[in-house]
Amino acid sequence: MTTTSAQTGAQTVITPARTRAAADTVTVRRKQGFQHGGWFVAPFLALFALFVIWPLLRGLYLSFTDANISGDATSFIGLDNYREALDDPLVWESLGHSAYFTLLVVPCITVLAFLLAMLAHHIERGKWLWRLCFFAPFLLPSTVAANLWQWLFNPGTGMVNHVLGIETAWLTDKSYAMLAVVICTLWWTVGFSFLLYLAALQGIPAHLYEAAKLDGANAWHRMVHITLPMLRNITGLVLALQILASLQVFDQAVVMMDFLPGPEGSTRTFVQYTLEEGFTSYRVGYASAISIIFFVIIAAVALARMWLLRNREEGGR
Amino acid sequence: MTTAAAQTPDETRTRDKAPGVGSGGRGDRRPWTPSQILLTLLATAVSVVFLAPLVWALFTSLKSETEAVEVPTHWLPKEWTTQAWSAIFETGNITNWFVNSVVVSVCVTFVVLTVSALAGYGFARTEFRGKKALLGLVMTGLMVSPAVLGVPLFTTVQQMGMVDTYWGMILPQCAPAAMVYILYKFFQGIPHELEEAAFIDGAGRWRVFFTIVLPLSRPSLAAVGIFTFIASWNNFLWPYMVTNNPDLMTMPNGIATVMNSYGIQWAQLMAGGLMAGLPLIIVFVFFQRQIVAGVAHTGLAGQ
Repeated sequence: MTTTSAQTGAQTVITPARTRAAADTVTVRRKQGFQHGGWFVAPFLALFALFVIWPLLRGLYLSFTDANISGDATSFIGLDNYREALDDPLVWESLGHSAYFTLLVVPCITVLAFLLAMLAHHIERGKWLWRLCFFAPFLLPSTVAANLWQWLFNPGTGMVNHVLGIETAWLTDKSYAMLAVVICTLWWTVGFSFLLYLAALQGIPAHLYEAAKLDGANAWHRMVHITLPMLRNITGLVLALQILASLQVFDQAVVMMDFLPGPEGSTRTFVQYTLEEGFTSYRVGYASAISIIFFVIIAAVALARMWLLRNREEGGR
Repeated sequence: MTTAAAQTPDETRTRDKAPGVGSGGRGDRRPWTPSQILLTLLATAVSVVFLAPLVWALFTSLKSETEAVEVPTHWLPKEWTTQAWSAIFETGNITNWFVNSVVVSVCVTFVVLTVSALAGYGFARTEFRGKKALLGLVMTGLMVSPAVLGVPLFTTVQQMGMVDTYWGMILPQCAPAAMVYILYKFFQGIPHELEEAAFIDGAGRWRVFFTIVLPLSRPSLAAVGIFTFIASWNNFLWPYMVTNNPDLMTMPNGIATVMNSYGIQWAQLMAGGLMAGLPLIIVFVFFQRQIVAGVAHTGLAGQ
């Protein structure tokens, strides 16, 4: 269908007599487009306004009030919520847990994804099978992955201790609990970054390697001087996506800990704390305030990445 | 970068092999060099680690509840039984959750595809007042998620009276700025000439959009659709916040909350988990190329 209409169009242009008129039509059409272009974006903007912008503004408003979940009369309390948040040890603690999780997950996932992609890329047989094996866990819902690892880490009946011949209390010892969540996350999500690296590896032009081979570069040199530099962009992307996702960790941690904050609160993540305040303590105003703080942190990370990218592009030129 | 993602790995492979190998494709026999043997062994070992948890879940689901928690633990069931599987179908709402998951994910995917294709095109090719500002706003939306603004989003949905409804579950998942951005980038890359030729023929914006732009964008739309479906099928946080009604829950949600609540029955939990996870894995086995290209494409578009 596409090609036919495109071809007819092209044929029309060939007739010189019509070209002028045609050009005018295009201008006219463009002007019409000016008028109803907005209709294309309207449906999205409606949803976007209702479920993204409005909650954002509403959250900002609520953060200056003492609202509770039932929506009873609320009063304006200025910056009190924010002041309280800065003094709230649980805010800092849960933020620390999310940061700790991020610090553990991001480097591991990046390195692991790269290595797996190299493996799958260089192996000549059964590529689809390796890809399936490495990626399959990512297709599970987070809660299923979490339940599965909760079961694997189970003291006594769990396979992890059984296979390794150890007796670690993964889920009840506060020095291991977050590590257990990290291991589950690695297994579950590394497949996504693995695919990104694999696609990037396949995008590197083969002639670069051929030229290097002719120049006598060995496999190690080819990797250091061709593969790694060519993967710089994708590494930046993987890092950024992983940092943003890891800071927002919630599902795995709560499900593995039976919806509790883990041993001595050691797996209470920031998202979990906002939801506890909002839905368990019914302090919607306060929960909104700490959500806004969280939004600022996330936005700062995202903007930092954009800034870095722009700087590098300018530096490149 | 997007193009790199669009070309599926299989194509690249055949192209790389092409010279001198003949047209054998899958059937061609390459020598087992020592390095290939080593790599294959390594990949096998890693795959075993990756698949072991899934296999463990399957074996657990085929044990009786008492055997599942027996110490010392063992891989294979001594007595194979489908008790756990029949139990979840007989006693639980699992079929309900499955249907809910299908309904929610299909609706979300449909709405997301429609609105983000329209919006992406609108931003890429039409002019209207305030476009720049709106585009900036969409970029802000990239940083908002139910994880970041869960509580205010919940109170908004509550105000609209959509708590514990399908609408409340579906609509908030339908405004993904990221998908609009991806399609916006893609539409920008379509040559203007293709559209102009049709305008000359007298076609309007909408006709051009439906007869020229959309068919050209099939790979991108497929990528967005696949990714949205996976994300929505697996979404836990939002359905968890918006409904407590066991009849309305989706698979990830029902399994995590209801099946976890009174004394975990591990064999049943594993059976339920597999039922939530297997559909996508089976689909993946058949549509591997498309899904790999889709995930890589949506991911890479973020650059």
